[in-house]
Amino acid sequence: MTAARTSTLGSGACTTCLRRSWLVARLAGHIEIAWSARRGSSGLLALEDEALIAALAGDRRTAIAVEYEQFVTAAALRRCVASAVTAVCRCNARYPASLHDLPDAPAVLYVRGALDRFERAAAADRVAIVGARRATPYGLEQARGLGRGLAAAGLTVVSGMALGVDAAAHMGALEAEGTTLAVLACGPEQAYPASKRRLHARIVATGAVVAELPPGTPARRWCFPARNRMIAALAQATVVVEAGERSGSLITAGQAADLGREVAAVPGLVTAPLAAGTNALIADGAQLVRGPRDVLELLFGASAATLGPSRQGQEIASLEPDLRALLDRVGGGCDTVAALADGGAAVDAVLAGLAQLELRRLVRRGPGGRYTATA
Amino acid sequence: MSRFAGKSAKIGPSENRCEARVCCDGTRPSVLVVLARVITFAIDGIDPRPVWVEVDIRAGLPTFRVVGLADAAVREARERVRAAILNSGFEFPARRITANLAPAHLRKVGPGFDAALAVGLLAASGQCSADALDRWAVFGELSLAGTVRPCRGVLAVAEGARRAGVAGLIVARERSGEAALVDGVAVAAVDDLCGIAKLLDGGDVPPPPAPTPVPAVEAPAPEESDLADVRGHELPLRALEIAAAGGHNLLLEGPPGSGKTMLARRLPALLPPLTRAEAVEVTRIHSVAGISHRGGLAATRPFRAPHHTISPAGLVGGGRPPAPGEASLAHHGVLFLDELSEFSRPSLEALRQPIEDGEIVIVRGQQALRFPTRFTLVAATNPCPCGFAGSDRACRCGELELARHRRRLSGPLLDRIDLLVTVARPSAAALGGPPRTTSGDVRERVLAARERQHVRLADTPAHTNAQLDTRLLRAHVHAEETARRALAQAYDRGGLSARGHDRVLRVARTIADLAGRDVVELDDVLHALALRARESAEEAIAA
Repeated sequence: MTAARTSTLGSGACTTCLRRSWLVARLAGHIEIAWSARRGSSGLLALEDEALIAALAGDRRTAIAVEYEQFVTAAALRRCVASAVTAVCRCNARYPASLHDLPDAPAVLYVRGALDRFERAAAADRVAIVGARRATPYGLEQARGLGRGLAAAGLTVVSGMALGVDAAAHMGALEAEGTTLAVLACGPEQAYPASKRRLHARIVATGAVVAELPPGTPARRWCFPARNRMIAALAQATVVVEAGERSGSLITAGQAADLGREVAAVPGLVTAPLAAGTNALIADGAQLVRGPRDVLELLFGASAATLGPSRQGQEIASLEPDLRALLDRVGGGCDTVAALADGGAAVDAVLAGLAQLELRRLVRRGPGGRYTATA
Repeated sequence: MSRFAGKSAKIGPSENRCEARVCCDGTRPSVLVVLARVITFAIDGIDPRPVWVEVDIRAGLPTFRVVGLADAAVREARERVRAAILNSGFEFPARRITANLAPAHLRKVGPGFDAALAVGLLAASGQCSADALDRWAVFGELSLAGTVRPCRGVLAVAEGARRAGVAGLIVARERSGEAALVDGVAVAAVDDLCGIAKLLDGGDVPPPPAPTPVPAVEAPAPEESDLADVRGHELPLRALEIAAAGGHNLLLEGPPGSGKTMLARRLPALLPPLTRAEAVEVTRIHSVAGISHRGGLAATRPFRAPHHTISPAGLVGGGRPPAPGEASLAHHGVLFLDELSEFSRPSLEALRQPIEDGEIVIVRGQQALRFPTRFTLVAATNPCPCGFAGSDRACRCGELELARHRRRLSGPLLDRIDLLVTVARPSAAALGGPPRTTSGDVRERVLAARERQHVRLADTPAHTNAQLDTRLLRAHVHAEETARRALAQAYDRGGLSARGHDRVLRVARTIADLAGRDVVELDDVLHALALRARESAEEAIAA
């Protein structure tokens, strides 16, 4: 067992790439300083090793150059094995081809989770679902529904495991027992944010968690935009679910567009602050997404949208008329019992109806007693 | 003897003092020993314990000592007793006086022993008759002027007197109405020490104020807060009615200012009126805690709303000496915890036993005290730390803050809450509209529902649906096939735990009781599902 693991773990990386990856992690603090000063690290990661040291290390230049010369491949691989992480470098055939599109493609991809599963996930069609951390119940519901629907259709759901929309998208894919890929800003063995420990474990068990930085590296601020570029590159299409005006998700969307990937967004109320970014994307020509089907159409054309009539669709079609009317009112913004009962309906009837809809999983009760129609 | 002035003239070494009786060491007492014994009561938790005050006066340097595990207030009694005796025109014997409070192992707390000490001293020094002391118990605090003041726990003391077989109880006129609630004990309401002496010397028994102003227990007190004042809030009103009918614990969730407290305050008036036995029990606890009711007896169900900074001991009882906590003061009534998430974890944990068992046992040193705590819990909370999640104003809380808030709310206490209802700000139209219902209407339905439960649960330890455990649920709750299927569906789909399943069934049973149905129907289960408290499992999925 140990022998087999040792032979697969860390086997897919060459010394040059491992050393490059070590160097990026070693200079992470310097990159942070440069990033803070210039508000952006564009181009830094594209520099050659020597140029990178020269550009960033300052006084420490010679010391770091010496460490660079003394880099021990075996030690780096040992660290990977110790945290059950596989290193795959860009010279290796297992390295996802889509990442090569990046001008500053990561030298090594660190994979936590079975390597063959990761390969299959990266070979399948991939959709990124990203959005706000402080998402609304509507946003969470949409992200989850998209994750579920797209994973059920056989796509790999790529996201960043952040709070809010990202985590909801992963959760949706897990619910559909599909494949999902999390791209982290720190080493792949760490659950970041820590509150997503269980989600991290579930993704490791069923999909894969990948990162650019070697195990043990903490996340710095510049790592998040760097992570976003990998998400954008890995996926064929990026769907933004909720984003404020200056959201990091818009950076991901911009990078995806720069790479020639499809960009799509879920619309929201024009008055909602968290819909400002997504509605602006749609205004700029991003595909409008109402559900998984729209994403499938975007990727494979109208005819190829293989998603059968959804479970929800069937359920809704079979509803009694009064329940159907109630569901429509919930979807139309009348989302509390008080609001629903205002139209003259008895509270008892409304309660019973909502319970029926909840049993059929057509609505979900959220904070403040608000009901959301499920996606 | 000759030094005694005033009333001392009429006494000699006589039958009212016990001589040569109490010498445990077997030695013959000196002729100069005079001794008197007075029965009074100490409050231990909320229970009365008989205490004998023995006063021994003998030749020696003039001292006055009180022994027998007395606390500071009792030791200070020496000064009050001395002044009260002198200011009432009696003589304070300038001899060696020892007062013993027996049994010695029981800690004596508070000023209630003053009167008994003074009476013992008067009797031992022959200034009043000691004949009557085996018929009368004495309880009260003395002022320096000699007037008798009321003490906490008069009702409990009167019950203790009855239990101890004492024929009468002498208490201060103020609050003597409480003592008069106990049958089988003659109550003498006195104003001052002279009055006590006169009574013991064979004077007339001054009766306590006529207990007629006690409002009839059956009649509810004038409602200061009626449901008729409530506009809108249709769903919370329904939940209050269900909570009242089945004794279910209720959680109100809503933004600040939406009316959670206002609604909770109206719950006691919806509950069935106190029975006399319940009222006496409530009064006894309140009396020990120093809360007096007009006319003696508690007429309405208590409503207690402690602030969230309360300590565990303040909430469930305890401290030194152990005193009833808010949970006991809410016995037979409503305990309202506003801002539930702000209460300290230990305080909330401490509430588990009281909610589960209807009483709390507090062990201090070598004594175990029982305080009854059968209350309906109403808790209120904001939906999130900023309070505006799900309302019309935007919530500014992050997922972490929300998760922390939910964690504080979840856990052991939430497991005991059957109903969760959201309180939203009523719309302007509803504010201008007519009232939906009145407390009287609701109480009628609640009474009918309680009567049905009473009949159904007659041969079980449970009184209300909220007290049904899994076994009783299976035996006493019959549901239609469709209702069972809906519940099974909710359970299978993972939104409901086994405990949650039982909770829904309990609430459904109450809803059926309110509708006058013997069998739980589909609609009852659906209502209960819509009103169920959220569970931690569900929260995890939502995160």
